[in-house]
Amino acid sequence: MNILLIFIIVIIIGIALWQLKKIFEIAQVSMDNSQIASDKDNRLNGKLMFAFLGFLYILMLFSFWKWGDLLLPKAASAHGKEYDFLMNISFILIFFVQFVTQAVLHYFAYKYRGKKEGKAFFYHENHKLELIWTVIPIIALAVLITYGLRTWSKIMYPKENEKALVLGLYAQQFNWKARYAGVDNVLGEAHVRYLQEFDGKNIVGIDPDDPYGKDDVVVTQEIHLPVGREVILKMRSQDVIHSAYIPHFRVQMNCVPGMITQFAFTPTITTAQMRKNEDIVKKVNKINAIRTENNKELIAKGEETLEPYEFDYILLCNKICGASHYNMQMKIIVESEEEFQKWLAEQKTFAEVIQ
Amino acid sequence: MGDNHHHKETFITKYIFSQDHKMISKQYLITGLLMGIIGIGMSMLFRIQLAWPEDPNIFLELFLGKWAEDGVMDPNIYLALVTIHGTIMVFFVLTAGLSGTFSNLLIPLQIGARDMASGFLNMISYWLFFLSCVIMLISLFVTAGPAAAGWTIYPPLSALPQAQPGSGLGMTLWLVSMAIFIASSLLGSLNYVVTVLNLRTKGMSMTKLPLTIWAFFVTAIIGILSFPVLLSAALLLIMDRSFGTSFYLSDIFIQGEVLHYQGGSPVLFEHLFWFLGHPEVYIVLLPALGITSEIVATHARKPIFGYRAMIMSIIAIAFLSTIVWGHHMFITGMNPFLGSVFTFTTLLIAIPSAVKAFNYITTLWKGNLQLNPAMLFSIGLVSTFISGGLTGLILGNSALDINVHDTYFVVAHFHLVMGISALYGLFAGVYHWFPKMFGRMMNKKLGYVHFWITAIASYGIFFPMHFIGMAGLPRRYYTNTAFPYFDDLADINVLISVFAFIAGAAQLVFLYNFIHSIFYGKKTEQNPWKSNTLEWTAPVKHIHGNWEGEIPSVHRWAYDYSKPGHKEDFVPQDVPLKKGEEEH
Repeated sequence: MNILLIFIIVIIIGIALWQLKKIFEIAQVSMDNSQIASDKDNRLNGKLMFAFLGFLYILMLFSFWKWGDLLLPKAASAHGKEYDFLMNISFILIFFVQFVTQAVLHYFAYKYRGKKEGKAFFYHENHKLELIWTVIPIIALAVLITYGLRTWSKIMYPKENEKALVLGLYAQQFNWKARYAGVDNVLGEAHVRYLQEFDGKNIVGIDPDDPYGKDDVVVTQEIHLPVGREVILKMRSQDVIHSAYIPHFRVQMNCVPGMITQFAFTPTITTAQMRKNEDIVKKVNKINAIRTENNKELIAKGEETLEPYEFDYILLCNKICGASHYNMQMKIIVESEEEFQKWLAEQKTFAEVIQ
Repeated sequence: MGDNHHHKETFITKYIFSQDHKMISKQYLITGLLMGIIGIGMSMLFRIQLAWPEDPNIFLELFLGKWAEDGVMDPNIYLALVTIHGTIMVFFVLTAGLSGTFSNLLIPLQIGARDMASGFLNMISYWLFFLSCVIMLISLFVTAGPAAAGWTIYPPLSALPQAQPGSGLGMTLWLVSMAIFIASSLLGSLNYVVTVLNLRTKGMSMTKLPLTIWAFFVTAIIGILSFPVLLSAALLLIMDRSFGTSFYLSDIFIQGEVLHYQGGSPVLFEHLFWFLGHPEVYIVLLPALGITSEIVATHARKPIFGYRAMIMSIIAIAFLSTIVWGHHMFITGMNPFLGSVFTFTTLLIAIPSAVKAFNYITTLWKGNLQLNPAMLFSIGLVSTFISGGLTGLILGNSALDINVHDTYFVVAHFHLVMGISALYGLFAGVYHWFPKMFGRMMNKKLGYVHFWITAIASYGIFFPMHFIGMAGLPRRYYTNTAFPYFDDLADINVLISVFAFIAGAAQLVFLYNFIHSIFYGKKTEQNPWKSNTLEWTAPVKHIHGNWEGEIPSVHRWAYDYSKPGHKEDFVPQDVPLKKGEEEH
């Protein structure tokens, strides 16, 4: 069957090419097609260059009008605001330069399209001009670099905070697990060699002899975080590199086997508040409209329908890690300190699990 | 080398094991194009998957067979397709196909040499490249599938056959193929450097070299400096995979088993990989920029603006490119201080890049632009180089990289700035030097059709892609349907795929034009573009040793276009200065 199909496609392509060839031969009779542009070609392509500028502008404006709401999901962490500000500055700069340079480039291509009798202007050096367009980027970059490095240092070197919640993230093909440090707020030592102990109940490999590990709480379904309290993620992986990516918190860090990586942030908006946020409501409605539409098709086919979507923070894997990389996710719920404490108290500690 | 006697050539020494740089350049070009068809074809397959992730598709079954039973693609094969697509396009098409073709063709012809410094090494270089292509293609037919760890092959995913099926024999073949490829690339680069330094004709000082040669020369140097590091990275990975060493591996538990590896670090591999990987971007891009410089000047009938600034920026870009690799690793667990250092060096690259872009634009100003297909692709390159380069300001800034790292934003960025730009450079070069390579002209109309469809479609593909990246969609996802949160991106994915198919189809026009013109194109005159450089002083018919009799000597730079005081609007480099005429 396949061979037959390939055969038919090859024949069809062959016929198409042959027909194409004939058309071109007929078309070639009356004109010089030797690749050197005539004045007519220059005129046409010059105009097309200008039209292409229009296409570029329309594409950019249309994209922003149509998909502008997709850009950067609403920030829900303390450093998110600063991140977004830097991003916006960069965007404004980029768009300004993009609009101007593309305009000049394509306009020149149109304006100076060649003519048979035309002659170019012999002009090849102007140190002043070159100095100007070396210095201007230097100034713009100096601003971006300074501001960028300041933001980076703030994110990467958070102030000491005794109240911060220490949370272990544990990655494996293809799921996430989280470990709360318990009452002592210190994660017990861990290593992959402990994984097989206690009939596989030691799912993140906590050292059973380390007293700090006894009160640790390991969860596999969803992560709960208290709002307004700093969270220090300490990440491990047991097999390949994964990357913990939480877009709404502007958080991403790789999880690397053999080492512990770290990222600190403070969630500022609870899940419940976020669900009421205007932008999020709009997005959720849009997604649910799409899902309803898709359900019609599924019902027609007699397949299972999609659940309506409700907003939740998500933790994704963002480093290629194997077949189910695309589905390595965990839900994150941000709630008030009381709700969080209540939830945490319901979970079993490591000592209870291995009993 | 200097001997010019015509010894008898057999079919084999002329067409297969040729030591003539012109034939080797054609071999590189044709091999590169064939690999390009495969690489682009793969992207068509995974664009089908991304646009219609749930629907069975007959094309997938047709091309992938058992890996897409009933037309549904296996996730492992999706990863294999993106991996091999990246590898083929970056190394086989845009490194060997672009640099190999035009360095070989132009270095001897434009500097006035009879051939490369070592024709024999040059031949070996091509055949090693060919061998590495063959091995890479063989790896596609391995039972468990080809390498699938991404073109960056980060261990442990690439090191452990337990981690994914592609990390078995497929990965071994990938590594072997790349090792051979690196050997080929090094032999080629050494040859280019030696040739440029030693075999320039009389009068051809370094400051009279066309910018193409400067670009190839500097590219070869960065290749020599950085490719060996990738080779060592690959060798260490082979040792980890086959001999139980622990360079990159530590504390691993997989498939119910604790592995013995202790003390290694995957971050080490990332450093070694990107020490080549980032210069590689410029190994791909600089030749394209060099080609553009030459073509823009020739077809604008105007000297390139800021010749010395162009050379300085090529050198600056090359130098900076070797100290910015860490910007691929901001969030890998590397010390954040290093992140700051690499942010600084990375954003500096914007300066020479901006200078280049401005100089191209100024070269167009008050020119007499001959808008041939080659010229259109060169202008297109400047456009995509700007569009793609600007988003580098976001990705190169460590703080901003946090949220867009490894999303489609990155995919959009590097495809525009190095993928599309370098491809445009390749096309521009082919249209411009086709007469030199094959003695015939390509078809102009088809060239225009090719350019305009490609130009529109490639922006149509990659501009919307920035948006799905900013929305947070990670790259290398087999489908985004696992997250309802991304449901509203489905439309954009369909749109991108449609543009991708259009762009793919437009390349068929080029292929047809290319093959047809080799046999039936209009015969060319010796200097069809009225160009100044030396290759057009050589006869159309390829002869061993390039010139009959004496090699022309050089009296002026390559850019005396529309110079006042001359009747013609071009003055070839071998024309002596008139009495009292100033050097540009």
